[in-house]
Amino acid sequence: MAAGDLMLDLRDIHKSFFIGTPNEFEVLHGINLTVNQGEFVSIVGQSGSGKSTLMNIIGALDRPTLGEYTLDGVDIEKAKDHELSALRNKKIGFVFQTYNLIARTNALKNVELPMMYAGMGRGERTDRAKMLLEEVGMTDRMHHNPDELSGGQKQRVAIARAMANDPAIILADEPTGALDSATGRMIMDIFHKLHEEQGKTILLITHSPELSQETDRIITIKDGTILGESKGNWKGLSSDERAGVKKEVE
Amino acid sequence: MLFTENILVALAGLKANIMRSLLTMLGIIIGIASVIAIMTVGNSITLIVNSTMQDLGANNLEMGVMQKSTDQTNEDGTSYGDGYVREMTDSDMITDEMIQAYKDEFPDDVQYILKMENVGDKGKVVDGNKNANVQIIGYNKDTFEFKDYKMVAGRQFLNQDFANAKKVCMVTDKFVERMYDGDSEAALGQEVEVNVAGTYYNYYIVGVYEYVEDKFSFGVSDNPTTELVIPYETARTANHNQNKGDYYFTIVTSVNTNNDDFAIKTRDFFNINYYSRNDTYEVMVVSMTSMMDSMNTMIGMIQLALSVIAGISLVVGGIGVMNIMLVSITERTKEIGTRKALGATNSSIRMQFITESVVICVIGGIIGIILGVVLGTVAVKLMGYEAAVSAQSIIVAVGFSMAIGIFFGYYPANKAAKLNPIDALRYE
Repeated sequence: MAAGDLMLDLRDIHKSFFIGTPNEFEVLHGINLTVNQGEFVSIVGQSGSGKSTLMNIIGALDRPTLGEYTLDGVDIEKAKDHELSALRNKKIGFVFQTYNLIARTNALKNVELPMMYAGMGRGERTDRAKMLLEEVGMTDRMHHNPDELSGGQKQRVAIARAMANDPAIILADEPTGALDSATGRMIMDIFHKLHEEQGKTILLITHSPELSQETDRIITIKDGTILGESKGNWKGLSSDERAGVKKEVE
Repeated sequence: MLFTENILVALAGLKANIMRSLLTMLGIIIGIASVIAIMTVGNSITLIVNSTMQDLGANNLEMGVMQKSTDQTNEDGTSYGDGYVREMTDSDMITDEMIQAYKDEFPDDVQYILKMENVGDKGKVVDGNKNANVQIIGYNKDTFEFKDYKMVAGRQFLNQDFANAKKVCMVTDKFVERMYDGDSEAALGQEVEVNVAGTYYNYYIVGVYEYVEDKFSFGVSDNPTTELVIPYETARTANHNQNKGDYYFTIVTSVNTNNDDFAIKTRDFFNINYYSRNDTYEVMVVSMTSMMDSMNTMIGMIQLALSVIAGISLVVGGIGVMNIMLVSITERTKEIGTRKALGATNSSIRMQFITESVVICVIGGIIGIILGVVLGTVAVKLMGYEAAVSAQSIIVAVGFSMAIGIFFGYYPANKAAKLNPIDALRYE
């Protein structure tokens, strides 16, 4: 798939929760969103805006109540549960605010996990995990368990893990939310690197308007509807100006 | 591949909560250990009983003169006659002529007729500061042929020793050790005086034979009671039983004889020919093989009953495992959510937790087996026997603990597998 091709296509997505009949609570009221291959997109909204629900649907963790969703050519509506598992495994790389590394399992094994679920051989997946950890600068800590790693280190491992099966899209939910600004900066730099050097499609969910400025497109969501879309000012900036924005963000 | 990963994850989890893991396993450990211990003890006893009976002679028939059933029935259905029992008299006993007729009737089946007359269980021989415990016991000629004593010195009894009830004896080398400093040659021809509860018996030593430890003797004593054997007729004279018949003896049959059938033939031979007109007594014959069979069945039943009781603790242990698995799954809800987000299918989550439960149970099972074998062996050793661990019970125990792991692990694992990924991920 070449850059610019349609990666993500959400049409009139509704999501309701049943909090005991007859109370039906609609969180998303008809979301339309497309993301192309190679884009770095942010979804910005306050808590309660529905952005987490949207992310769950995009991440194939949940199904919409109404609407059509196509991810990398796969119709999510028609997929069975085990097909959704395979989809999450191969096409989506999750990065969570709380890292969600598996406890008592070292960094290397954590990165190997999605490849293990994909059925990759032991030698092959270990090699790839080592390579991915090297990319995020975690080679010297790869045999440490999560409780021996700092927040930034954990998030770097989590990014390496998200990249394990070379996903179509990286879904990052407040990836810097639990980190101090310097560490958060480092994590954002890794995303930029993945985006610019490898052409990864990245969807960043954040409540921070400043952080969203670093992306190509900024989707603002409020009360379950998309308010509007603006362009981030990152691409047009010179490296000096970028450094300025980075400072601002910090 | 996923399988070994699951085992490694399970082991890491167990290591992280060693105390909890051990407590969880305790039920399994106790259950398996008691089953294995019971099986070990039961097996050992069965083996000992069988080999002892084999030594006594699996080809033996035990025959005795017994009282007829006194329950006789009136015309109206009530029973009478269980009051007065006539004492056994000489005419109720089996004479040598009857035995000879019996031998002549079945020359191919009857090998030996073993007779025994006990003179004194707790005899004591004292000479200066030396002493030894003996049991004075008389055997007939057939018995000596059958037992085939290993002689250390001297000779066995001669025909005339039996016929004339001579006061001769054979003693063990153990006895010689205590009384004659182990000099068997010096013991020959010596007269021994045995004190049995104040009555003195005197015999001349004609032979010394090798002492064989009794399988049923408890522990090893440095002054064991050994047999001082004398001719049967001598023993009967000592007991003032000479010229009387016998009311109990052992028949050794030939290898090809079917003992169960021959027991009936023997009983019928005596009862039809000699006891049909006897008002009170008749002959009963029991074959060793049928005794062995019923003994084994009995031991097996006791073993099974005890194992079932012990097995209950396995079920309790299994419930403990299930409980801890449910706790563990609740604790690790977020991990389950993460795994699902990373692409784990329901079945791989289910497999992971079933594997974990099986690992707990199998480790518990292995510890239980070791503990059970040790306990069983110690128990059997304390009883003074050799322990025989049954490999079969170990295989069954491992299989059973795995089955418990799967059975009690399935419900929690399935619960984990069915967790909604979002709910699991958001769980705090």
